Amino acid sequence: MAVWQKIKNNENIYYALTNRKVQLGFSLFFLIFLLSIIGPMITRYSYTEFAGPGNHPPSSDYWFGTTIQGRDVFTRTVFGLRSTILVGFIGGVIASFIGVIIGLVAGYKGGLVDEILMMLTNVVLTFPTLAVLIIIAAYLPYRGIVNMAVLVGLTVWPWTARAVRSQAMSLKSSGFVDLSRISSNHILRILFEDIAANMFSYIFMVFILQFMGTILATVGLEFLGLGPTRGISLGLIMQNAVNWNALELGMWWWGIIPGLLLTIMIVSLYFINTGLDEAFNPKLREF
Amino acid sequence: MEDSEAVLEISDLKTYYRVMKGDVKAVDGLNFTIKRREILGVVGESGCGKSTLAYSLISLDKPLQHISGEARLLGQDLMQLSKKEKRKLKLKNISIIPQYALDAFSPTKKIKTFIKDLVKQHGRRADRDFMNKVKERFQIVNLSTSVLNRYAMELSGGMKQRVVMLISSMLNPDLLIADEITSALDVTSQRYVTTLLADLRDEGIIGSAIFISHDLATLYQIADRILVMYAGRLAELGGADEIVHNPRHPYSRALISSLPRVGIQHKDRRLTGIKGTPPDLTDIEEGCRFRFRCQHRTSECDASPEMDQIQQRHYIRCWNYKSLGSDQNA
Amino acid sequence: MGKYFGKKLAIYLVTFFVAVTINWMVPRFMPGDPILSMLAQFQGLEGGQEIIQSRFVESFGLDQPLIYQYFNFWRSLFSGDLGVSLTIYPRPVIDIIKSSIFFDIVIVFPAVTLSWIVGNKAGAYSGFKKKADSFLMPFFYFLSSSPYFWFAIVVVYVFGIRLDIFPTSHAYSPGMTPGFTLPFILNFIRHWFLPFFTLFLVQLGGWAIGMRNMIIYEKKANYSEYMKSLGAKDKMVRRYAFRNGVLPQVTGLAIQIGTIISGAILVQQVFSYPGLGYRMVQAVQNQDFFLLQGCFLALITMALGANFIVDIVYMIIDPRIRHSYKEGE
Repeated sequence: MAVWQKIKNNENIYYALTNRKVQLGFSLFFLIFLLSIIGPMITRYSYTEFAGPGNHPPSSDYWFGTTIQGRDVFTRTVFGLRSTILVGFIGGVIASFIGVIIGLVAGYKGGLVDEILMMLTNVVLTFPTLAVLIIIAAYLPYRGIVNMAVLVGLTVWPWTARAVRSQAMSLKSSGFVDLSRISSNHILRILFEDIAANMFSYIFMVFILQFMGTILATVGLEFLGLGPTRGISLGLIMQNAVNWNALELGMWWWGIIPGLLLTIMIVSLYFINTGLDEAFNPKLREF
Repeated sequence: MEDSEAVLEISDLKTYYRVMKGDVKAVDGLNFTIKRREILGVVGESGCGKSTLAYSLISLDKPLQHISGEARLLGQDLMQLSKKEKRKLKLKNISIIPQYALDAFSPTKKIKTFIKDLVKQHGRRADRDFMNKVKERFQIVNLSTSVLNRYAMELSGGMKQRVVMLISSMLNPDLLIADEITSALDVTSQRYVTTLLADLRDEGIIGSAIFISHDLATLYQIADRILVMYAGRLAELGGADEIVHNPRHPYSRALISSLPRVGIQHKDRRLTGIKGTPPDLTDIEEGCRFRFRCQHRTSECDASPEMDQIQQRHYIRCWNYKSLGSDQNA
Repeated sequence: MGKYFGKKLAIYLVTFFVAVTINWMVPRFMPGDPILSMLAQFQGLEGGQEIIQSRFVESFGLDQPLIYQYFNFWRSLFSGDLGVSLTIYPRPVIDIIKSSIFFDIVIVFPAVTLSWIVGNKAGAYSGFKKKADSFLMPFFYFLSSSPYFWFAIVVVYVFGIRLDIFPTSHAYSPGMTPGFTLPFILNFIRHWFLPFFTLFLVQLGGWAIGMRNMIIYEKKANYSEYMKSLGAKDKMVRRYAFRNGVLPQVTGLAIQIGTIISGAILVQQVFSYPGLGYRMVQAVQNQDFFLLQGCFLALITMALGANFIVDIVYMIIDPRIRHSYKEGE
């Protein structure tokens, strides 16, 4: 059990792995993630084919039921899950990247640089994200996974920037960064080795929150018909359901199940985040 | 004699922090008594358990737990009281000036609001009579009564420290614990605050006090008795003069001799410290805890020393103190 | 205090400036020249020629240098000329905006206020009572994680279809004449409730989570420890903690306005509720670019206005601002 002993010694990782919220959240997330990977492989239909009778509730043949035209909702959901998660992930990475860089520079440099960057951050923050996304996406001739991800990533980073900045500022005024400065390390080195290294757990948590945000923004765009031009996505499934009056016709499985899966996935991310917060922040630990 | 009433009687008190790693034996068998009008100075290195002692008497929140022993305040064992019963004793019978005095106020409430709310918690009305008495206290701590209408952020550090001292003593507690109240201050302010504490006792505003500090020189100015703590245990306890001028325990001696003296420069006489560092108190084994840094260690020291009485109200825990003579150099 | 407002005003002006610029820039720099196709659609319509020659369209003058086009855009903006809608031809865009904005405010404003108040109380309760916390928090997470439109779908299904208590689309039943008559007002409220309810619940989750975390943090603050060690009862600690925890929640309100308006767009879509959000999406689907731009600018202005109100409220309740200290971050 030498590995376990090693883990017990690194307090943070130990607390993170044994935290119940983290365990619960991770299990849920992993299940749904697994669904998006394996689901498309095990389903016998394709997401465009007319698999069976329309308006069919969930059954052993059609696990999530069928749409009004007879397409299999399960198939469409798991393929859509893939697309949405992918866009959300890439967007999250982009947003985190931008946010971290801006936050680090603003927090460490301070002064005028900080003021300007914060003004920029506040401006982007004030915009209703979806409105901006709509107006840009509306003019795009082609929407693919990548350019959607970029678009979403460019609008949600402010929260990360602010959070990282305040962390950087408090780290900056703590002793050991000054030590680096005395030893005349190059500023980039200080930024990455001292500040960022200590914030690694923080940045990880921030990424999770960012990922949650980008997925919600993505699925919202998809619902409005501004998702990827080709292929299928979760929001698109639900848009179809609403446009075909699925609910009035009683086809609750079509409109509700895809969104439920997404919501559960986001809830699981919340759990992971709160659990990690407890693990990494001794003050929050309850005895 | 009225003065010899015991305000606080600590008998073999043990309180540990129970954490995942094990038990941190922060207070491990303390014994002392405080009489009315006495100021007991508690001194020791960081981590020796002096602040834990304060928490044990006031808050005792998890992971800190009472293991065994008693702490009798005016006859009542604090360790056996319910939370409700203990709450009633706070501010009126036992009170504290915390280490974080500069951060002790809510940023969104005025000082007077805080005082009024606090007093109501103890069933008293903050009427005009009461507020007049409070204003008199402001004079004692040399603050203008306009402070009452201010928010904490409008006050300087020194002012906040005095407001805390005022509030903590406003219901005339029988015992006031002052936890490292001088640590963050400059020398002049230290002097002021220390003198103020003694004044509060002299005026009868507080019945007695525990003055916790790592600075022996400051303690000596007002303490009647001094408790030297090491690694959660009593090393030596006696009158202030005895402890400072005639210390018996090797650790007390080392502490006294490592005090910097004014007027002596480094080239004439070097500063001595105490080699080594205090032990980790997690699941610490038996034996004298100072033995790894003590120059007079013998094989006996692997067993925990019993408490010995040197003279009246002077105690020590050491196997070998008798053979050390009254040599000042440890 | 002046510094506080100065800074805020600067941000709003810059934001508005950026918004107008984005609005102007986007169609010009997109491949495929959407402007030409937009103008072409007016050609065949009655009265189309006048519109093309109006100042608004002038700002699209493709033979003019870009700077000139840009300034023209601003000019027509200030004269209230935002062009004409294609979908609801030939109604001026500014007209459509004026009549739609009411429907945004009527669902967003009560939803925001109530969810903030109730959410804070619920979150504080959860923060103090540990037992309640363990089942309340997952509930709050669930609310907060729900995509607005999906939650609307659930609400529609449960309350509109299965329980059949409320209608599920439009602001009032077709055939009803708007006016201050009782039957109309009742009908209006019945249509209003579900969109409001959706916005209310989803946001409530967010506020509750935020307040709960603040309370947990404040409970362990030094001032809380101090008052407890002097014998303060739990109720007093709670009061003080809440008062301090509320401040960031007000700041949070400002930050969330963008999200709330985004959510309102989605909710309006599900309920076909005729606010700016609904109009904006319609505009996209019909390639009605004038309307699209107009709605966008109107929404931005709404967001800025709301932000400003929140800033004033914050200044009133945080003593630190009044005493000209840096705003609590």
